[in-house]
Amino acid sequence: MKLLEIKNLHAKIGDKPILRGINLCINAGEVHAIMGPNGSGKSTLCQVLGGREGFEVTEGSVTYDGKNLLELSTEERATAGLLLGFQHPVEIPGVKNIYLLKEALNAQRAARGLDEIDTFAFMKQVRELTKTMGMDDAFLHRGVNAGFSGGEKKRNEILQMLLLQPKLALLDETDSGLDIDALKVVSEGINMLRGADRGIVLVTHYQRLLSYVEPDFVHILYKGKIIKSGDKSLALQLEAEGYQDILEAAS
Amino acid sequence: MTEQHITEQQEIEHLMQREYKYGFTTDIEQDIIPPGLNEDVIRLISAKKNEPEFLLEWRLKAYRHWLTMTPPTWAHVHYPPIDYQALSYYAAPKTADELAEIEASKPQSLDEVDPKLLETYEKLGIPLHERAVLAGVVQPSNVAVDAVFDSVSVTTTFKAKLAEAGVIFCSFSEAVHNHPDLIKKYLGTVVPAGDNYYAALNSAVFSDGSFVFVPKGVRCPMELSTYFRINAKNTGQFERTLIVAEEGAHVSYLEGCTAPQRDENQLHAAVVELVALDDATIKYSTVQNWYPGDEEGKGGIYNFVTKRGDARGARSKITWTQVEAGSAITWKYPSCILRGDDSVGEFYSVAVSNNYQQVDSGTKMIHLGKRTRSTIVSKSISAGHSQNAYRGLVHIAKSADDARNYTQCDALLIGDRNGAHTFPYIEAKNSTAQIEHEATTSKISDDQIFYLQSRGISEENATNMIVNGFCKEVFNELPMEFAVEAQALLAVSLEGSVG
Ligand SMILES: Nc1ncnc2c1ncn2[C@@H]1O[C@H](COP(=O)(O)OP(=O)(O)OP(=O)(O)O)[C@@H](O)[C@H]1O
Ligand SMILES: [Mg+2]
Repeated sequence: MKLLEIKNLHAKIGDKPILRGINLCINAGEVHAIMGPNGSGKSTLCQVLGGREGFEVTEGSVTYDGKNLLELSTEERATAGLLLGFQHPVEIPGVKNIYLLKEALNAQRAARGLDEIDTFAFMKQVRELTKTMGMDDAFLHRGVNAGFSGGEKKRNEILQMLLLQPKLALLDETDSGLDIDALKVVSEGINMLRGADRGIVLVTHYQRLLSYVEPDFVHILYKGKIIKSGDKSLALQLEAEGYQDILEAAS
Repeated sequence: MTEQHITEQQEIEHLMQREYKYGFTTDIEQDIIPPGLNEDVIRLISAKKNEPEFLLEWRLKAYRHWLTMTPPTWAHVHYPPIDYQALSYYAAPKTADELAEIEASKPQSLDEVDPKLLETYEKLGIPLHERAVLAGVVQPSNVAVDAVFDSVSVTTTFKAKLAEAGVIFCSFSEAVHNHPDLIKKYLGTVVPAGDNYYAALNSAVFSDGSFVFVPKGVRCPMELSTYFRINAKNTGQFERTLIVAEEGAHVSYLEGCTAPQRDENQLHAAVVELVALDDATIKYSTVQNWYPGDEEGKGGIYNFVTKRGDARGARSKITWTQVEAGSAITWKYPSCILRGDDSVGEFYSVAVSNNYQQVDSGTKMIHLGKRTRSTIVSKSISAGHSQNAYRGLVHIAKSADDARNYTQCDALLIGDRNGAHTFPYIEAKNSTAQIEHEATTSKISDDQIFYLQSRGISEENATNMIVNGFCKEVFNELPMEFAVEAQALLAVSLEGSVG
């Protein structure tokens, strides 16, 4: 089953074209890795899929779960099961983490016609997840990402993902800034989400994450286009040889 | 005291893009004194209210003093000069005369109140449930309400239950008749008639307001609440509130305000005096939602208010909590005079401004007694083209050994066309004083909103979450039901300000 289908997607910011004809199809059950040099447009792709204002889609289409994704608001995309894990999660002091988790979960439930979650059940679920993610419960009562270290922010992204159980997770460099133990915890969290009816996109620079979360496909994004796709061996090849040969071969 | 023309002041201008929910007017006959201000008008007001001679003399003295004064210009607000001769200084629902006559014998029910008034209050959501309560239809709400409609106090609920406890809660006019000694003893002892321009004007022409007296050792059995509403056109509202808590007494009082939507600016110049004797506690909370003007800055209330509490007795405590959302211009500095040794003053404030609103608000903490303590937590939220200033004074007198103050001023900006300003003044005449001041300015960023939206939360809720988080410390100080009201009010006030 097709979960996400991107056809010839072009997007610009201001006058600057950044995505220049992306084609990508993700089926339920698949894990895709997107790699590529700095500045090639990986985060932009994630943001455009998430519905960030400021980017203008000039051409192409995106179908998500049978719907025209580009017509949905950011919150509609989220409640339809799309989750964006940020490369740089923003700090929101004053809004408690636990409050965000509850509001987010209830928004998802409301979209599905369910009542608000019972507080007791919610707390139980959240405590299990903080344990899974190796986070102290104190993080629940701090402002969202406020003063969190880089690695703590990434754990927090995965915690949210596990709570919200998205159909499609777009994880932008969730592995950057993690120490070795954290990388393992985060990878395990991602593997927990993996399943026959879900899709996962991992944007990453490193093979290391991919040895924990084995992708079905690896794509290389360069100057706003996917210039090469392959299986997990492509990531290994990149690690061994760097980008140069591949970029040259493609141009 | 040299200090202080502790006053409050402000003014201003205009607009809001939200719809003002309370902008209806009530179509009832009004008894209005024609516009203009002179000694005869004051005599007429006093006569209409059948006041004792001492009060008329007090008014006239205030008026004569007012004539020698000029409006304050130091606040960070701008507005064209007010033509005081163009205002009407008394407006009462027609039935009020009758109401006043039967006041003493009036059964404690709403039956003789003009049903249209009751409708108005219903629209305002005021819990005037007395009738229903008497009929056994609903559970008594634990809030007693005094509603002031233009210049006249319409009805006070739950008088009987309060009387049982020995608490007096009635309109100011009623108090003048039934408790003249208390009025004589306390009126003007906190905010003297000539304190500042607007307080002097109020003293000369004040129409009505609330009076609360909690005798020695009594803990008031319920929240007391007044809703003020300006209805008549071209009138000013000058109400006067006096709250006295005797030794060991406790009282919590809430005032709410709304006004209809009008193109002209309307003046509201109130005075509130609080007196706390030894070991007494007064908690005064305000949710102010006067009409702020339209989104181009047209119309709206000029809210120039003098509020001051005198923590007169040892170990007494006065807490001001305010949520200021409405008014075109707000000029307001609820203050505490910490006279008693070990007395405590607190000020918790959220001031929201949107469109072209102007806010100049803050507090003064005047430490006179030994070991007096004060806490100031001020949160300002500015959106649209608004200007929002915190102005605070912490004064530690020579006599105030070991006084302490903690001040925290946080500003939250939404958009980049508005201004937040902080004017903290500290005067420490005693070297044992400990004074701490913290200030922060932050902004709601697009990144924050996008982050929350990407978790399924609407833009509006995302803004509310951030704003509520920012205001939490102040909302925590409000009585529960009003905290909810305050949150809803903020949401309405900031509608459409993001994105
Ligand atoms: N708001 C913006 N204004 C102007 N240029 C932008 C903006 N956002 C992104 N860009 C540009 O778009 C290009 C793609 O950026 P993007 O963040 O998508 O790259 P990336 O592939 O995620 O890089 P990295 O691996 O470093 O995270 C870059 O050249 C970047 O400078
Ligand atoms: Mg990136």
